[in-house]
Amino acid sequence: MTNVLVIGGGPAGMAAASTAAQHGLATTLIDEQAIPGGQVYRALPASYRIQGDLGADHRTGQALREELVRSAATVAMGHRVWNARSGFRVDTIAADGPQSWTAPALIVATGTTERQLPFPGWTTPGVIGLAAATILIKSQRLLPGRRVVVAGVGPLLAAVAIAIVKAGGEVAAIVDAARPSEWLAKLPRLAARPDLLLRGAHWVAQLHRAGVCHLGGHVVTRALGGDRLDAIEIAALGADGRPQQSTHSIACDALTVGFGLVPNTDITRLLRARHVYAAQRGGWIAEREADMRSSVPGLYLAGDGGGISGAVAAELQGRLAAFAVLRDLDRFSTIAHAGATAMLRQHHARAARFGGAMAELMAIRPALHRATPADCIVCRCEDVPRSEIDAAIDAGARDVNQLKAWTRAGMGPCQGKMCGDAVAELVAARGGTRSTVGAFTARAPLRPLPTSALIGQFDYGDIPIPKPAPL
Amino acid sequence: MSGIYDAVVVGAGVHGATTALFLARGGMRVAVVDRAAICREASGVNAGTLTMQMTRVALMPFALEAHAMWASAKTWLGHDVGVVVCDGLSLAFTEGEAALLTERAARRREAGAPIEIVNFRRAREIEPGLSSDVLIAGHCRVDGYANAYLTGLAYRRALIEAGVTLHENTEATGVDRVGDSWVLHCRPTSIRARRVILAGGVWLEKMAGWFGVHVPIKTLVNQLSVTERIAPVMRTVIGIASGLLSLKQYPHGTVVIGGGWQGKGDRETRATELVPESLIGNVRLACHTIPALAHSRIARAWLGFEAETADALPAVGALPDRDGVHMIGSVHSGYTSGICIAKLFAQQLLGGTSHLSLGAFDPARLVVT
Repeated sequence: MTNVLVIGGGPAGMAAASTAAQHGLATTLIDEQAIPGGQVYRALPASYRIQGDLGADHRTGQALREELVRSAATVAMGHRVWNARSGFRVDTIAADGPQSWTAPALIVATGTTERQLPFPGWTTPGVIGLAAATILIKSQRLLPGRRVVVAGVGPLLAAVAIAIVKAGGEVAAIVDAARPSEWLAKLPRLAARPDLLLRGAHWVAQLHRAGVCHLGGHVVTRALGGDRLDAIEIAALGADGRPQQSTHSIACDALTVGFGLVPNTDITRLLRARHVYAAQRGGWIAEREADMRSSVPGLYLAGDGGGISGAVAAELQGRLAAFAVLRDLDRFSTIAHAGATAMLRQHHARAARFGGAMAELMAIRPALHRATPADCIVCRCEDVPRSEIDAAIDAGARDVNQLKAWTRAGMGPCQGKMCGDAVAELVAARGGTRSTVGAFTARAPLRPLPTSALIGQFDYGDIPIPKPAPL
Repeated sequence: MSGIYDAVVVGAGVHGATTALFLARGGMRVAVVDRAAICREASGVNAGTLTMQMTRVALMPFALEAHAMWASAKTWLGHDVGVVVCDGLSLAFTEGEAALLTERAARRREAGAPIEIVNFRRAREIEPGLSSDVLIAGHCRVDGYANAYLTGLAYRRALIEAGVTLHENTEATGVDRVGDSWVLHCRPTSIRARRVILAGGVWLEKMAGWFGVHVPIKTLVNQLSVTERIAPVMRTVIGIASGLLSLKQYPHGTVVIGGGWQGKGDRETRATELVPESLIGNVRLACHTIPALAHSRIARAWLGFEAETADALPAVGALPDRDGVHMIGSVHSGYTSGICIAKLFAQQLLGGTSHLSLGAFDPARLVVT
């Protein structure tokens, strides 16, 4: 029997599973990737052999992976979670079909999804997210293009740009919605982690030496090209936070763009945990207390999925969540729990201070969303332009779920992971707040389910057809 | 509170909204209240199937008229709900199902549904995507489907144009008798009216309780799923002999898979929980019927509450011994037939007569003392 299930194999999930297993809990970690690591500590593909040092992140990730392997935790990689039920039952799908997992305790460590700001041409091939670029460069060792524009907001801009430069690529420009003054304002809190601050400063210096142009207070307003990207247009932001009329273009064959990170709350919403809207921590997040307990007994949240505070804090949260499970399952006394967590809490407070400042830099910028042109596609799964969203609001839609029904925005395979923030901002702009317009209702399957894998081999006689409806 | 309404309708699903619409058009001053947004429960989340081959025999005359109403929604409702009128097939894969299908088709045909039994070859002509395991099929030319999720959009506009006062996000919590009218207590406002019309779907039992009347209402928790947009794989609306499948592809490419497979849910908390075994069974049945679906992906599944009375027939009419209190609901496949029943009900409340009697649906038969 499993005592605790952990969903997500990033820093929070790996640390949670290792800690739980080290202290005697029958633990299972579930992740959809082939190798644990998550995004920040993403592993190289198993077939890759690379000489030399792969950097600090890789070393940290490797240490967490090794700790996980040494622990007695069961690691179920390649299992995609598509449903979660109270109790807890977690439904997954893998190459060999569907499977269900049960445990009295569940730690959700599912991290974040990148926020996208719709702009004309954002669906052009060659336009990808900063997170996608990170995967390409870090794990697959591929450059996104020959001449790349890096755009959006937040610390990933510098991280992606430096990675491209180091790999021998050309960064045509960094187009950063934040002005330098916004970074300066966060310096006192970023100083909580002088090592990370120094690393950032080093990146900036390197990019400067490489001659990369950094345009603060600018955004991409259009991607040009048909089947592939030719160029982008950018504009400076005015005092109102909106892009100004005049634009200039930059030739490029790839644009990597992202506007911060959004906590993944689909599992906690399915399980009906209480959520709050906290823009400075990433958006909608499940409520959690200091030991990572959610409002649902037995359900814990570790890592950025419960509010953004970065990879270092995430790992510590994973351990705190594991200790909370140990306490709640009566494996630890109150005193033992306090002893085990005292130092962790201190480290966590410092890490979260740094991560919190970063999260604020990545927070949503409503003015940018409100400037979305009428003909711009907002929901790319269902091809819904802003004009149709405005029309539905005119017709009386006041919350995002009514808007979804009337426009199909958010009904596609991504279920609003891509457009959820953009749609909610557009509704809130016309009346209400992000809290009153709500979030798209979480629906299983959380990821599209290939029908053939779901149904497997069967005979008609195997289908448990219910008794006939009344005539 | 703005004066006394002639009628207040509690619940803005298709039953409440249609009743309110025709009462207002008939000259009454009408208010509608709903706990949430219009048509967001069963009326907005059902599979949108408009088929005679899942309709109960007793409801057939209403379903046939309702089908014609849906198909001409633009003329009487003023707004389209994406209705597609197409052929419908009800399939039999086994000898047992063939017997059931033949018997049920005959009963429905007697009730007026234009259903004929066809062999596999003819069924394949009607629906080229069909599995070769089909033995026979019931073929109905008067079938089709709507985009259920557009229902609220259409009705909201129509109600406002008809002068109905619409209170969305307004939860009714109880009633008081004041003089010769009722005060409906709501958050954030209260409404006074001469008539109260309860149209609360699975919450009808609770609403009748405000008046001290006990009408037991069962809750079905129907589970549905939908594929992502795919190339055309079918052109008809398909069911099976037992009635436990509904399948059609919308013009934008998604295929909705339903039929009344049960999930879990609690109408008090409104929490629902998907039952994977039901999803797998329902999708297996769909893929067995249209083999090309095995190459698609399920994008989303959802659940909705359907109300059912003790005898599975509708509850429509006055509550006994409660002056001016009425209910309408629990219509089996209510999205198909409900709008006709609600229109006739409104005509009755306006003092008119109709060619179809609602007498068999009198809630008095359901009252438990």
